[in-house]
Amino acid sequence: MHRYIIRRLLILPLLLFGVSVLIFGMTQLLTPYERASLYVSDIPKRVGALDDIVKKYGLDAPFYIQYGRWLNKVLHGDLGFSKVGKQPVADLIKNHFPATLELALWCIGPLIYVGIQLGIISAVKQNSPLDWFVRTFAIVGWSFPLFVFGLLALMIFYAKLGWFPAGRLSDWATQVVSSGEFRVITKMNTIDALLNGRLDIFWDALRHLILPVITLSYLDWAILLRVTRSSMLEVLRQEYVTTARAKGLEEPKVIQRHARPNAMIPVVTMGGMTLVGLLSGLVITETIFNYRGMGWFFASAASQLDVITVLGFAMFNGTILVLGNLGVDILYGFVDPRVRLS
Amino acid sequence: MTFGRFVRKFVTNPLSVLGLLLLLGFVAMAIAAPFLAPPQGERAKREPYRIPRDGFAAEPLPPNGEHRFGTTEGQYDIYYGVVWGTRTAFKVGIICTSITLVIGLIVGSIAAYYGGWVDEVLMRIVEIFQAFPFLLAAITLSAVLQARLGRGLITGMLALIAFGWTGYSRLIRGDILTVKQRDYVLAARAVGVKNSRILIKHILPNAMFPTMVVASMRIADYVLSFAGLSFLGLGTEIGYADWGQMISFARNWIPSLADYWYILVYPGMAIVLFVLAWNLVGDAFRDILDPRLQGSR
Repeated sequence: MHRYIIRRLLILPLLLFGVSVLIFGMTQLLTPYERASLYVSDIPKRVGALDDIVKKYGLDAPFYIQYGRWLNKVLHGDLGFSKVGKQPVADLIKNHFPATLELALWCIGPLIYVGIQLGIISAVKQNSPLDWFVRTFAIVGWSFPLFVFGLLALMIFYAKLGWFPAGRLSDWATQVVSSGEFRVITKMNTIDALLNGRLDIFWDALRHLILPVITLSYLDWAILLRVTRSSMLEVLRQEYVTTARAKGLEEPKVIQRHARPNAMIPVVTMGGMTLVGLLSGLVITETIFNYRGMGWFFASAASQLDVITVLGFAMFNGTILVLGNLGVDILYGFVDPRVRLS
Repeated sequence: MTFGRFVRKFVTNPLSVLGLLLLLGFVAMAIAAPFLAPPQGERAKREPYRIPRDGFAAEPLPPNGEHRFGTTEGQYDIYYGVVWGTRTAFKVGIICTSITLVIGLIVGSIAAYYGGWVDEVLMRIVEIFQAFPFLLAAITLSAVLQARLGRGLITGMLALIAFGWTGYSRLIRGDILTVKQRDYVLAARAVGVKNSRILIKHILPNAMFPTMVVASMRIADYVLSFAGLSFLGLGTEIGYADWGQMISFARNWIPSLADYWYILVYPGMAIVLFVLAWNLVGDAFRDILDPRLQGSR
């Protein structure tokens, strides 16, 4: 096990290096002049002004020199200055990260629990009406683009019924939160509201979270339950399950003690990939629901072609993902002993 | 498997038949687009993908005699956009899938056949490209590319292709590694056939088939991702017959979507049915070609 972890850790710097080259390499698709205009918002109106900027910042230097300069800054926590956000990209990430984390945290629990449970039920009761319903849900969910689903949800539950609004908080709650009396600790509204003992604000924040959480989760439910179902079906046909039944064990015990643990192996890999996919989903979901987190900012910076901001966010996300993948790999090594040996 | 048996297995599953019918419907719609929604005037005939406008009023108008599905903000005709959007969807899906397939084929077969450090380096590069979620990477790249190429179909497709090839290369590599162990490859080598010839003549044809099945399912993925880009304003330009771009109009009318449902529901339905059709057909292929998986999804 130790050797497995060490091997994964050794690849880590290599991956991070590759990710940073890939991201910075994208700027090299542009000419030095186009790059100059990314950094400067208004170029002085005189002949040769752009040439001076290119020269001053060394934008026509060879790739490795520009990359080295950029990497040095990134390692010191400087991801550049955002034109759209009018502040350093690192600050923008710091300000928007808690909202995204809050949304992701509310998703993960229900997502994994519901997805796996539905998958198990549908495998155990194969070809029952419930199984058909679950499978239909899976294949339809698989085909529904996130933005269509999210907008339909808003159309029905916000525009028509007025149950769940968009945004993060209602106006009155925003006022309370930004007033001096409310102590902002984590910047995650639901948690802060509980810490301040304000149940009304907690409820309001929750009401704003419900639709985004469902929108983000339904697709992954569909994926998770398909994987769980097929893995469970395979395990249920194994001989040790028959043995367990033959020796007179009750069915719930057979499923919980003997079948489920082994069926979970592919689900863990899938679960890891699902969480990675969550990040893509967050960009679109936050945009639809006007939920001002990192994904929302990333999308609006991208659509306004603020390349510096986009690359800064990409670098941050890339780092998080590489670390997250490492975590999943190590976890996987614990769950499935075969992985460690190969 | 004979063709007859394949067809018989295919038609026993009502869902597969539904998928195939839907898909044929979309093909018909794409082919018949100039008849279903004929472009009016000289300029429109030259650029049939521009959705015609009926004035410039800001507010969407509900379906009426002249505009079957109503109009969006800026009075773009929704019916016209949905019909011609079918062509855009096929174009994006097929072009992206075939180009990434070729790249994946080249990278995957080189990695698998030569093995050793070549394999190691190529697979590490693949891993780096896969460190990002697909859509996130595509958004980033298309934002950069737009500074150079402007907004449009090509920019979005390039971004999808740049990050789309990695899955194939892994898949093909795995398939080839399996085929490589077979006796007939050893036999070919024993009689002194050149490496490149073994790869192209003997290994690839046998390793390709499973990949093609996956490829057919990837078409829907690309169409979805491209629609996502367009939805965020990073795909086609405004007024282009593209479902994702049309749906992005709905973002400006969220509080009153209950009244303006048609700007979301018609293009939304088109994209859902299109993707559903591909997924059902892909599932059917998979079930038939790999009976072990039958009913397991």
